[in-house]
Amino acid sequence: MDNLFLYASVILIFLMTLLLYRIIVGPTVIDRILAVNVIGTKSIVILVLIGILFNRIEMFIDIAIGYGLLNFIASLAAAKYFKKHKKLKVTVDNENVETQATGEGKINVN
Amino acid sequence: MLINICVVLLFAIIAKYFHNPMMTTIVDGLIIVSLLSGILFFLATCIGILRFPDFFTRLHAAGKGDTLSTILILFASSLYAVKSSHYVDKTTLLSVFKILLIINFIFIGSPTATHALIEAGNNSEVEPWENDEKGATEN
Repeated sequence: MDNLFLYASVILIFLMTLLLYRIIVGPTVIDRILAVNVIGTKSIVILVLIGILFNRIEMFIDIAIGYGLLNFIASLAAAKYFKKHKKLKVTVDNENVETQATGEGKINVN
Repeated sequence: MLINICVVLLFAIIAKYFHNPMMTTIVDGLIIVSLLSGILFFLATCIGILRFPDFFTRLHAAGKGDTLSTILILFASSLYAVKSSHYVDKTTLLSVFKILLIINFIFIGSPTATHALIEAGNNSEVEPWENDEKGATEN
Protein backbone atom coordinates (compact mmCIF):
# COMPACT_ATOMS: atom_id res chain seq x y z
CA MET A 1 0.00 0.00 0.00
CA ASP A 2 2.96 2.31 0.56
CA ASN A 3 4.12 1.74 -3.01
CA LEU A 4 0.70 2.80 -4.25
CA PHE A 5 1.04 6.22 -2.63
CA LEU A 6 4.63 6.48 -3.88
CA TYR A 7 3.62 5.82 -7.49
CA ALA A 8 0.64 8.16 -7.12
CA SER A 9 2.90 11.00 -6.02
CA VAL A 10 5.34 10.30 -8.86
CA ILE A 11 2.50 10.44 -11.40
CA LEU A 12 1.17 13.65 -9.85
CA ILE A 13 4.59 15.30 -10.00
CA PHE A 14 4.96 14.27 -13.65
CA LEU A 15 1.58 15.79 -14.53
CA MET A 16 2.50 18.96 -12.62
CA THR A 17 5.65 19.34 -14.69
CA LEU A 18 3.52 19.06 -17.82
CA LEU A 19 1.55 22.07 -16.59
CA LEU A 20 4.73 24.18 -16.63
CA TYR A 21 4.22 24.43 -20.40
CA ARG A 22 1.15 26.57 -19.80
CA ILE A 23 3.08 28.81 -17.41
CA ILE A 24 5.88 29.42 -19.90
CA VAL A 25 3.97 29.88 -23.16
CA GLY A 26 0.57 30.93 -21.87
CA PRO A 27 -0.83 33.59 -24.20
CA THR A 28 -2.39 35.74 -21.49
CA VAL A 29 -1.63 36.42 -17.85
CA ILE A 30 -4.68 34.54 -16.61
CA ASP A 31 -3.41 31.31 -18.16
CA ARG A 32 -0.27 31.56 -16.09
CA ILE A 33 -2.16 32.41 -12.91
CA LEU A 34 -4.45 29.45 -13.58
CA ALA A 35 -1.58 27.02 -14.03
CA VAL A 36 0.14 28.30 -10.88
CA ASN A 37 -3.13 27.88 -8.99
CA VAL A 38 -3.55 24.28 -10.17
CA ILE A 39 0.06 23.43 -9.31
CA GLY A 40 -0.36 24.98 -5.86
CA THR A 41 -3.52 23.00 -5.21
CA LYS A 42 -1.79 19.81 -6.24
CA SER A 43 1.21 20.53 -4.06
CA ILE A 44 -1.14 20.40 -1.04
CA VAL A 45 -1.92 16.84 -2.08
CA ILE A 46 1.77 16.11 -2.63
CA LEU A 47 2.53 17.35 0.90
CA VAL A 48 -0.07 15.05 2.44
CA LEU A 49 1.21 12.09 0.40
CA ILE A 50 4.79 12.84 1.51
CA GLY A 51 3.54 12.84 5.09
CA ILE A 52 2.05 9.39 4.52
CA LEU A 53 5.28 8.11 2.97
CA PHE A 54 7.41 9.32 5.89
CA ASN A 55 4.87 8.22 8.57
CA ARG A 56 4.68 11.78 9.87
CA ILE A 57 1.29 12.86 8.62
CA GLU A 58 0.48 15.03 11.64
CA MET A 59 3.38 17.36 10.87
CA PHE A 60 2.91 17.68 7.11
CA ILE A 61 -0.82 18.42 7.32
CA ASP A 62 -0.16 21.69 9.12
CA ILE A 63 2.21 22.74 6.35
CA ALA A 64 -0.43 21.77 3.81
CA ILE A 65 -3.09 23.91 5.51
CA GLY A 66 -0.81 26.94 5.51
CA TYR A 67 0.19 26.39 1.91
CA GLY A 68 -3.43 26.07 0.82
CA LEU A 69 -4.43 29.33 2.50
CA LEU A 70 -1.50 31.21 0.96
CA ASN A 71 -2.22 29.78 -2.50
CA PHE A 72 -5.88 30.79 -2.35
CA ILE A 73 -5.09 34.33 -1.19
CA ALA A 74 -2.38 34.77 -3.83
CA SER A 75 -4.72 33.66 -6.61
CA LEU A 76 -7.50 35.95 -5.43
CA ALA A 77 -5.14 38.92 -5.13
CA ALA A 78 -3.73 38.41 -8.62
CA ALA A 79 -7.23 38.07 -10.08
CA LYS A 80 -8.40 41.24 -8.35
CA TYR A 81 -5.32 43.14 -9.53
CA PHE A 82 -5.79 42.23 -13.18
CA LYS A 83 -9.51 42.84 -12.92
CA LYS A 84 -8.91 46.39 -11.78
CA HIS A 85 -6.02 47.35 -14.03
CA LYS A 86 -7.17 45.77 -17.29
CA LYS A 87 -3.68 45.01 -18.52
CA LEU A 88 -4.62 41.92 -20.46
CA LYS A 89 -5.47 43.74 -23.63
CA VAL A 90 -2.68 45.56 -25.44
CA THR A 91 -3.63 48.94 -26.83
CA VAL A 92 -1.64 51.32 -28.98
CA ASP A 93 -1.83 54.37 -26.72
CA ASN A 94 0.35 53.23 -23.84
CA GLU A 95 2.44 50.28 -24.83
CA ASN A 96 5.35 50.25 -22.42
CA VAL A 97 3.77 48.94 -19.23
CA GLU A 98 1.16 46.76 -20.85
CA THR A 99 3.50 44.85 -23.08
CA GLN A 100 5.40 43.84 -19.97
CA ALA A 101 2.21 42.73 -18.29
CA THR A 102 1.22 40.39 -21.10
CA GLY A 103 4.66 38.81 -21.27
CA GLU A 104 4.69 38.12 -24.95
CA GLY A 105 3.12 40.41 -27.47
CA LYS A 106 0.97 37.76 -29.08
CA ILE A 107 -2.39 39.29 -28.26
CA ASN A 108 -4.29 41.49 -30.68
CA VAL A 109 -2.63 44.81 -31.19
CA ASN A 110 -5.40 47.05 -32.37
CA MET B 1 -21.82 19.61 5.13
CA LEU B 2 -23.73 16.45 4.27
CA ILE B 3 -20.53 14.93 2.95
CA ASN B 4 -18.82 15.71 6.25
CA ILE B 5 -21.52 13.96 8.28
CA CYS B 6 -21.35 10.91 5.99
CA VAL B 7 -17.55 10.78 6.26
CA VAL B 8 -17.61 11.05 10.05
CA LEU B 9 -20.19 8.25 10.23
CA LEU B 10 -18.03 6.16 7.90
CA PHE B 11 -14.99 6.69 10.09
CA ALA B 12 -17.02 5.77 13.18
CA ILE B 13 -18.09 2.50 11.52
CA ILE B 14 -14.47 1.78 10.54
CA ALA B 15 -13.27 2.48 14.09
CA LYS B 16 -15.94 0.19 15.56
CA TYR B 17 -15.27 -2.83 13.32
CA PHE B 18 -11.57 -2.14 13.15
CA HIS B 19 -10.23 -5.67 13.51
CA ASN B 20 -12.72 -7.33 11.19
CA PRO B 21 -10.83 -8.64 8.12
CA MET B 22 -13.72 -7.84 5.78
CA MET B 23 -13.64 -4.21 6.91
CA THR B 24 -9.95 -4.09 6.06
CA THR B 25 -10.71 -5.30 2.54
CA ILE B 26 -13.45 -2.73 2.07
CA VAL B 27 -11.24 0.11 3.30
CA ASP B 28 -8.42 -1.02 0.98
CA GLY B 29 -10.81 -1.04 -1.96
CA LEU B 30 -12.08 2.44 -1.09
CA ILE B 31 -8.53 3.77 -0.85
CA ILE B 32 -7.47 2.31 -4.19
CA VAL B 33 -10.61 3.42 -6.05
CA SER B 34 -10.45 6.99 -4.64
CA LEU B 35 -6.75 7.39 -5.36
CA LEU B 36 -6.91 6.06 -8.92
CA SER B 37 -10.00 8.07 -9.83
CA GLY B 38 -8.36 11.18 -8.40
CA ILE B 39 -5.31 10.63 -10.58
CA LEU B 40 -7.60 10.03 -13.57
CA PHE B 41 -9.45 13.31 -12.97
CA PHE B 42 -6.17 15.16 -12.64
CA LEU B 43 -4.96 13.63 -15.91
CA ALA B 44 -8.14 14.95 -17.57
CA THR B 45 -7.52 18.37 -16.01
CA CYS B 46 -3.95 18.43 -17.28
CA ILE B 47 -4.99 17.48 -20.81
CA GLY B 48 -7.74 20.10 -20.71
CA ILE B 49 -5.42 22.88 -19.59
CA LEU B 50 -2.83 21.97 -22.19
CA ARG B 51 -5.14 21.39 -25.15
CA PHE B 52 -8.13 23.72 -24.92
CA PRO B 53 -8.00 26.75 -27.24
CA ASP B 54 -9.16 29.60 -25.00
CA PHE B 55 -8.60 30.54 -21.41
CA PHE B 56 -12.29 30.46 -20.57
CA THR B 57 -12.37 26.80 -21.58
CA ARG B 58 -9.11 26.17 -19.73
CA LEU B 59 -10.62 27.64 -16.59
CA HIS B 60 -13.64 25.41 -17.15
CA ALA B 61 -11.39 22.38 -17.19
CA ALA B 62 -9.39 23.48 -14.17
CA GLY B 63 -12.25 24.52 -11.94
CA LYS B 64 -13.96 21.14 -11.98
CA GLY B 65 -11.30 18.51 -12.35
CA ASP B 66 -8.79 20.07 -9.99
CA THR B 67 -11.29 20.36 -7.15
CA LEU B 68 -12.65 16.86 -7.53
CA SER B 69 -9.27 15.16 -7.88
CA THR B 70 -7.91 16.98 -4.82
CA ILE B 71 -10.93 15.97 -2.76
CA LEU B 72 -10.68 12.32 -3.84
CA ILE B 73 -6.95 11.97 -3.15
CA LEU B 74 -7.22 13.70 0.24
CA PHE B 75 -10.13 11.42 1.14
CA ALA B 76 -8.02 8.38 0.25
CA SER B 77 -5.14 9.64 2.39
CA SER B 78 -7.45 10.29 5.35
CA LEU B 79 -8.78 6.73 5.07
CA TYR B 80 -5.20 5.47 4.98
CA ALA B 81 -4.36 7.54 8.08
CA VAL B 82 -7.18 5.76 9.92
CA LYS B 83 -6.22 2.35 8.58
CA SER B 84 -2.48 2.51 9.16
CA SER B 85 -2.76 3.34 12.86
CA HIS B 86 -3.07 0.12 14.85
CA TYR B 87 -5.45 1.65 17.34
CA VAL B 88 -7.46 4.83 16.93
CA ASP B 89 -6.05 7.46 19.27
CA LYS B 90 -6.23 11.23 19.58
CA THR B 91 -3.38 11.97 17.15
CA THR B 92 -5.03 10.00 14.35
CA LEU B 93 -8.37 11.64 14.97
CA LEU B 94 -6.76 15.08 14.88
CA SER B 95 -5.00 14.26 11.59
CA VAL B 96 -8.27 13.06 10.04
CA PHE B 97 -10.05 16.18 11.27
CA LYS B 98 -7.38 18.38 9.72
CA ILE B 99 -7.62 16.55 6.40
CA LEU B 100 -11.39 17.07 6.45
CA LEU B 101 -10.71 20.75 7.12
CA ILE B 102 -8.46 20.93 4.04
CA ILE B 103 -11.16 19.17 1.99
CA ASN B 104 -13.77 21.72 3.07
CA PHE B 105 -11.46 24.60 2.32
CA ILE B 106 -10.61 23.28 -1.16
CA PHE B 107 -14.30 22.62 -1.83
CA ILE B 108 -15.13 26.27 -1.12
CA GLY B 109 -11.91 28.01 -2.15
CA SER B 110 -10.97 26.51 -5.48
CA PRO B 111 -14.22 27.36 -7.36
CA THR B 112 -14.07 30.82 -5.80
CA ALA B 113 -10.58 31.39 -7.19
CA THR B 114 -11.67 30.12 -10.60
CA HIS B 115 -14.68 32.45 -10.54
CA ALA B 116 -12.46 35.42 -9.68
CA LEU B 117 -10.10 34.54 -12.55
CA ILE B 118 -13.01 34.26 -14.99
CA GLU B 119 -14.34 37.62 -13.83
CA ALA B 120 -10.90 39.19 -14.33
CA GLY B 121 -10.67 37.78 -17.85
CA ASN B 122 -14.19 38.83 -18.70
CA ASN B 123 -13.69 42.30 -17.34
CA SER B 124 -10.52 42.93 -19.34
CA GLU B 125 -12.39 42.26 -22.59
CA VAL B 126 -10.38 39.42 -24.04
CA GLU B 127 -12.27 37.97 -26.96
CA PRO B 128 -13.47 34.40 -26.48
CA TRP B 129 -12.59 31.69 -28.94
CA GLU B 130 -14.88 31.14 -31.88
CA ASN B 131 -14.84 28.36 -34.36
CA ASP B 132 -13.40 30.10 -37.38
CA GLU B 133 -9.91 30.84 -38.67
CA LYS B 134 -9.66 34.16 -36.89
CA GLY B 135 -10.30 32.76 -33.44
CA ALA B 136 -8.45 29.52 -34.01
CA THR B 137 -5.20 31.02 -35.24
CA GLU B 138 -5.18 33.75 -32.66
CA ASN B 139 -3.78 31.65 -29.87
